[in-house]
Amino acid sequence: MVNISNLWQYLALQSPLHSTLSGDAFNLTKMGFTAHTLPALPYAYDALEPHISAQIMELHHSKHHQAYVTNLNAALESHVAAVAANDIASQIALQQAIKFNGGGHINHSLFWKNLAPTGSDETSPAAAKELVAAIEKTWGSLESFKKAFSATLLGIQGSGWGWLVKEAGDGAGLRIVTTKDQDPVVGGDVPIFGVDMWEHAYYLQYLNGKAAYVENIWNVINWKTAEARFSGKSGEKTEL
Amino acid sequence: MSSTLLRTAPVLRGALRASGVLKPAAMASMSFVRGKATLPDLPYDYGALEPHISGKIMELHHKKHHQTYVNGLNSALETIEEAKSKGDFTKAASIAPLLNFHGGGHINHSLFWENLAPASRDGGGEPDGALKKAIDSDFGSFDTFRKQMNTALAAIQGSGWAWLVKDKSAGTLGLVTRANQDPVAGPYVPLMGIDAWEHAYYLQYENRKAEYFDAIWNVINWKTVAARFEKS
Repeated sequence: MVNISNLWQYLALQSPLHSTLSGDAFNLTKMGFTAHTLPALPYAYDALEPHISAQIMELHHSKHHQAYVTNLNAALESHVAAVAANDIASQIALQQAIKFNGGGHINHSLFWKNLAPTGSDETSPAAAKELVAAIEKTWGSLESFKKAFSATLLGIQGSGWGWLVKEAGDGAGLRIVTTKDQDPVVGGDVPIFGVDMWEHAYYLQYLNGKAAYVENIWNVINWKTAEARFSGKSGEKTEL
Repeated sequence: MSSTLLRTAPVLRGALRASGVLKPAAMASMSFVRGKATLPDLPYDYGALEPHISGKIMELHHKKHHQTYVNGLNSALETIEEAKSKGDFTKAASIAPLLNFHGGGHINHSLFWENLAPASRDGGGEPDGALKKAIDSDFGSFDTFRKQMNTALAAIQGSGWAWLVKDKSAGTLGLVTRANQDPVAGPYVPLMGIDAWEHAYYLQYENRKAEYFDAIWNVINWKTVAARFEKS
């Protein structure tokens, strides 16, 4: 049993990212807390130009995604303390912050990897033979899938994401889903790829013209990543 | 209060009846022509709120975003009216989310433009008179109210709005936030709203939204807010 008043004091004095590095006082790692870190982008900020500008990518990754990581760590630290204190009310109060910031971290981590540099081999659907076959089986053709997916993205009211997911269970059918704000895809469905429809994902370049953003994002979808996720070989679950 | 509304009232039929779902308080600041929602003129120039809100943001926000809500609202109302005339209530009901989103977007932005004003004219400062008294009594002080409103704005997860409202049932002032374009309704009368959608600040403030939430107090039109308070 830890000394609770000391723990609160300790948490109040620590910045989120430092706590696990410090071995004094309490070992938060042992208490079930591992600090999350901002993953490096697998390409340069300007690699998606002209479809997504370097300025957008830099802000989106180094500021927005970082904020989700920072706030997730802070919420998880508080949660560990609340669990240690057997304080259920505080645990419940933290759930929304964990969902929002944890979702933001998961979603952006998936997003960066399901995009690829303009003109690279990964941006060709030929890099996803099994997936494309399944898409054609479900939607008739890749084109009609893209149309349906784009329409779904443009129908999102407010901030959110559009996803192609492989459903949980034996059938493992493909489905287009949206999640609001930073809600992640959970419950066993496997996200194949996602498109961020928050305004910060496109506004500096496309302004209110989000249809053009949606049209252009198809030029930088990473079909190789999508295929790996579809076949269950991406190994990403353990990374996150 | 609603000269625009009264002027066009005689020609309101059909489609407009369906817009009875919109709250009267909100309709006061919306314009209709022949039963259609129209984009209201801004009561100041696009550049008039600079340096706090850039002219480019104001122009896109008014001319493009608000116009899209107006168009979406009219289209939702038409679809509902058409469905109604065919007795297709399933279809009419299916339009509810679009009516809420675009109707709310039209209401919210119409209220927003009017509760802003250039810092060189009626914008900024602090409320006085009965409104000041009510704020002091319900929040402790103007400064506390301002801090609470900024905290509420910063805590919005995703797109949405924060509002100073009068709770008609309790008779008190309060703060509420609304997701996306959900309009303020029920027992609440919207007195002052701040748009926390990214399109409201991103071109100028990027991810630094706290700076936008600080700056906007320089262009709050307390005359408008006081007038809404007196009517509520």
